[in-house]
Amino acid sequence: MSLPARKPLRVAFGESVAEMAEKDPRIVMLDGDVGVSTRADIFEASCPQRFFQMGIAEQNMLAVAAGFATVGFIPFVSTFACFAVARALDSIRVLIAQPKLNVKIAGGYAGLLAGKTGKTHLMFDDVSIMRAMANMAVIAPADEMETRQAIQTAVEIDGPVYLRITRETSPLLFDSTYRFEFGRGVVVRDGKDVSLVTTGVQTGRVVEAAEILSQQGVNALVLHLPTIKPFDSDAIIEAARATGFVITIEEGTVVGGLGGAVAETLADRFPVTVKRLGIPDVFGESGADEALLEKYRLSASKVAEDVLMLLGAARRR
Amino acid sequence: MKACSLSISELEAIARQGRRLIVQTVVHANGGHLGGPLSAFDILTALYFRILNIRPQEPDWPDRDRFILSKGHASIALYTILALRGYFSVEELSTFDAIDSRLQGHPDMTVTPGVDMSSGSLGLGFSAGIGIALGARLAAKTFKTWVMLGDGECNEGIVWEGAHVAQRYALDNLIAIVDHNGLQQFGWRGADGTDRLPPYLGSELKDRWAAFGWKVLETDGHDMAAVIDVLEAAREPGGRPVIVIAHTVKGKGVSFMEGNYLWHSRVPDDEEVAAALEELKDPVSVREEDRG
Repeated sequence: MSLPARKPLRVAFGESVAEMAEKDPRIVMLDGDVGVSTRADIFEASCPQRFFQMGIAEQNMLAVAAGFATVGFIPFVSTFACFAVARALDSIRVLIAQPKLNVKIAGGYAGLLAGKTGKTHLMFDDVSIMRAMANMAVIAPADEMETRQAIQTAVEIDGPVYLRITRETSPLLFDSTYRFEFGRGVVVRDGKDVSLVTTGVQTGRVVEAAEILSQQGVNALVLHLPTIKPFDSDAIIEAARATGFVITIEEGTVVGGLGGAVAETLADRFPVTVKRLGIPDVFGESGADEALLEKYRLSASKVAEDVLMLLGAARRR
Repeated sequence: MKACSLSISELEAIARQGRRLIVQTVVHANGGHLGGPLSAFDILTALYFRILNIRPQEPDWPDRDRFILSKGHASIALYTILALRGYFSVEELSTFDAIDSRLQGHPDMTVTPGVDMSSGSLGLGFSAGIGIALGARLAAKTFKTWVMLGDGECNEGIVWEGAHVAQRYALDNLIAIVDHNGLQQFGWRGADGTDRLPPYLGSELKDRWAAFGWKVLETDGHDMAAVIDVLEAAREPGGRPVIVIAHTVKGKGVSFMEGNYLWHSRVPDDEEVAAALEELKDPVSVREEDRG
């Protein structure tokens, strides 16, 4: 089964921040000279007087955003996830997270699919780094619909938010009846044999993997966690209780990200077997999207294979 | 006390009182910095008692001038001037650096009244000031944003990222001040291997800011009348951001600390404290009751 493809998250980002800015004069956009890629340019076209080009200088841009926030504005900062999180980390930590300033950091081109840019640009550890930072909320939406709602929620939250935004077209998981709830997970597929816990755009591939698994006689529960911080511990425990076997799958490093958060939670509160799928502890490389998804075993078919392998290994024990 | 009506000699007396408090507080806390706070203190006195449009009883007044101590390690200088200006009591200075204190080692805007921006990692406060100035312009607010940097702090790349952006947006509601004391924590080894060279040689710092399109003003950072004159000139809008390079002496006011990089963050012993306080006494011509 293939889900219908819709707009990339980056387009939903540009469009929905622009739409919200029409009604909310507090919203400003800061761009680190990648607006045509992150689609902050959509905002500039509709609201040029509140679009601020900050040039290729990310440390300064994030610090400028903090200043904007202190005088009542809600700055969205748009750059690639690698530059927002890695290059400007000190500005985020000292001026945004610790003082809890109302800055929304949109990390574009996050994860594996970043247009053949390779090791510098492929940002696998953004979620791990940002969820380790006190006061920082971390949201990784799955599709266009959820992105729009997550951005609206980010504006409603008075404090720092990191939004994980991706480049490529993503399948539409949610229709207009869906309601994103900050800090809450959502079971997108019920099952009894294994709980697949996932986040961001990887959820679409995991849903497809669950369909493949069902043809193999495996009935998988899929829990989507769009908010990685604050973390929905109750949803994780419920999913663990439902099947007794949790596998996390993320388009990010297996070190300290979603898998880390799940393992921490279950170790503390409901110990069951946890396996983590995702990008191993390595840097990225150039490649076509499909090739990258195959190599790093995040395509629906590879996820299904790995889940079957892990289930088989568990049953043999 | 109506701050803006104080005479030059009264301001100088406040600066001496503040320097005594800085020495006493660092000794009490058994930590903190001395050299930078002492070099910055005349400028802070002029700002808080003459230049800034502020309401100490209403620290979050939306239309206040903003001040950011980007060289956040000189926090004790900021806390001292805030206390003298009435944001909190002078007695509270004794909590500096202590557990649960509002007076953290580096300024924390979430706990200290009058601190407009957290700082501590050098260069960040300056860039935050650019955001405030841009936001003020967008909101049609007329307040000014003032930022104090160290000359050593100007080593940070973010300062020059910000200098470019501020010039690009012609931010004439932003005034930066460099406390140009010529010494950083350790500094650059001189030719003979014993002396320490300043962060910028000759007119290099001035030339850099000018090259970035800023209007550059200079002053003796310890001549109170001159400091006031230059700060008044600096706030006149002229279509571009202004930098005041204030030539100062690290450790100013205590002869054995002056110009010695080792006093960046050293705590004096009993004998040194006594000598320092003796040097920072008011001259006999200033009567105790005249002080603010």
